[in-house]
Amino acid sequence: MVKMTFVEASREALREMMQADETVWCVGEDLGRGSVFGQYLGLQDEFGPDRVADTPISEAAIMGAAFGAAMVGTRPVVEMRFSDFALCATDELVNQIAKARFMFGGQSRAPMVIRKPIGLWRSSAAQHSQSLESWYVHIPGLVVLCPATPQDNYSMMKAAIRCDDPVVYLEHKNIWGMEGEVDTSLEIELGKAAVRRQGADVTLVSWSDTANLCVQAAKTLAAQGVDAEVIDLRSLWPWDKEAVVSSVRKTGRLVVAHESVAVGGFGAEVVATVVEQAGDALRGPVRRLGAPRSLVAYAPNLEDKMRVTEQMIVTAAKETMGK
Amino acid sequence: MSTADHNTKRGRDLLAMMERIRAFEEQACLAAERDKLVLGAIHPSIGQEGVAAGVMCNFNRDDILLSTHRGHGHTLAKGADPLAMMRELLGREGGCCGGKGGSMHIADFGVGMLGANGVVGANITIAAGAAHGLKLQGSDRVVVDIFGDGAINRGPFLEGVNWASVFDLPILFVCEDNQYSATTKTSSVTGGPGAAARAESLGLRATTVDGNDAEAVADITAEITARIRAGGGPEMLHAITYRRTGHTSFDPAGYRPNGESEHEAKTNDPIARQRAVLAGMGLSTDELDAIHAAAQSEMVQVLADAAATPFPADEMALQDVQDIGSPAQEAY
Ligand SMILES: Cc1ncc(C[n+]2csc(CCOP(=O)(O)OP(=O)(O)O)c2C)c(N)n1
Ligand SMILES: [Mg+2]
Repeated sequence: MVKMTFVEASREALREMMQADETVWCVGEDLGRGSVFGQYLGLQDEFGPDRVADTPISEAAIMGAAFGAAMVGTRPVVEMRFSDFALCATDELVNQIAKARFMFGGQSRAPMVIRKPIGLWRSSAAQHSQSLESWYVHIPGLVVLCPATPQDNYSMMKAAIRCDDPVVYLEHKNIWGMEGEVDTSLEIELGKAAVRRQGADVTLVSWSDTANLCVQAAKTLAAQGVDAEVIDLRSLWPWDKEAVVSSVRKTGRLVVAHESVAVGGFGAEVVATVVEQAGDALRGPVRRLGAPRSLVAYAPNLEDKMRVTEQMIVTAAKETMGK
Repeated sequence: MSTADHNTKRGRDLLAMMERIRAFEEQACLAAERDKLVLGAIHPSIGQEGVAAGVMCNFNRDDILLSTHRGHGHTLAKGADPLAMMRELLGREGGCCGGKGGSMHIADFGVGMLGANGVVGANITIAAGAAHGLKLQGSDRVVVDIFGDGAINRGPFLEGVNWASVFDLPILFVCEDNQYSATTKTSSVTGGPGAAARAESLGLRATTVDGNDAEAVADITAEITARIRAGGGPEMLHAITYRRTGHTSFDPAGYRPNGESEHEAKTNDPIARQRAVLAGMGLSTDELDAIHAAAQSEMVQVLADAAATPFPADEMALQDVQDIGSPAQEAY
């Protein structure tokens, strides 16, 4: 076991993958200085400017060029800096990368990892705070990952780079400094959830930093006599229906919580699936938590209005139990 | 007024505006670092004031400005109220965007400032559209769109400038070239000679100017805007300057050659240069110092007043999203 922060974990995984496989390379703005959050610190010194490439501010070209390079046999790790700027490369991702394999009858592959830091962070306002994971889940052809711990960021980054499909890799900006023990030999199968806490009374389903909040909420609930099970999906496509459905069959109760806007969010997909596959097992009302369908403001008190809090999760869990 | 008097007045105005911009941003940086009152990122334009003052003195209040994340100077020079701007940086009620936008999204439609932007290059097509709209309405107002040297590598630069060319729009594009794009030396990621040549290739007349020479910027912009107002079509001004601070106020900019910024500050400060110009016109050191002191005391007061303003009411979090289906009625 090695102690690592969240940002160190994916950086270390990337470094090891670059050492092991010459075709892996990184491309994006300011990478030589580590990028915005230090995700690439030291890598240009170690691997040189060809494999850790500094680009112009040209998101469409970064995404499109990485795709072209992927089709001829390289494995690019693409940095979009803030998920918000990835929207400048939407055609490249959605119309080109996601569809090429299918349209070309299986001739082309796009083994790429597309990193898009997400989430509410320090008064970053409406254009630097979004979590749009549900958009990507809606696009056939893409894998969508949302790691929430250093261990997962380490093991999932490795799995993502090995994956032959295009992977949208969403790291939360709020947890770069989160520390944890990492087992560098642990392999994670993409699409498998993590049960972060076992419990008998209610199933809390979440991902990204909100999963960490659910773990906290479960502790608070335990002190109040409620035994919550916390499932961190960590992969949204494919996602671990089996883990969720079997947990709800055990607890009979479900809360889904995510930071992004509740309306049209992936929480709705989780709830619908549970209702379809384990509706008969539900013993209380289902609760779904997410942001109001509004925009993220700069003023801290307004930014807070968009947050799902630990208290909201605790209250929702108790509501499913009629408390 | 004699020509000499006119020149002196404009020269003093340029200095006063640069001093106000400098003082505003110094206070903003103090508010961020010393007082921890600015939560989000601010991108200072310290050392670049010659561009803001020299360009904007040729535009009227009802002309249109679009700017960037580094837009405090442009916005002040367009006539925005510094207290409303400082409140915005502090996320307070009475900020020009009600505290919802912050430094990177400052807008003041009352003075024709249609927004800074958090997305590099995004303002270029929008500004072309504003000029398009003015032209459609037969207006004699014009647009000025300011963006950085890094922005010319994004697609919207090509699309927006070409658009203005094709529709022959009343717009001045200003590439404010401070030589850096975040932590990257822009020349290392830019093919060819840059903004002016690219604009020329799209059919625009392009002029390059020393952006730290406020008088030169004001002179050349006066000529250009006269042509644009006379229906001469879009033009490009490439103003060379230097970003003295880090990318944000929190960035120590260790990636820059040692001493580069200090050297610029010592030898190429637009305010010091303008003071020398005015001294040559006969202004005394006392007169020049008084301009400095007035700007300083104005902005110290602005920060104090802004810091004493409350945060916006919580319900503003759900206001101004949309009319039907508003989250104020239906948030989930
Ligand atoms: C589309 C997009 N990509 C990346 C960023 C991150 N970013 C913010 S400012 C900046 C540098 C911009 O450089 P330049 O255009 O020269 O303006 P300057 O900051 O020097 O004023 C970058 C890369 C962004 N805001 N938007
Ligand atoms: Mg620049």
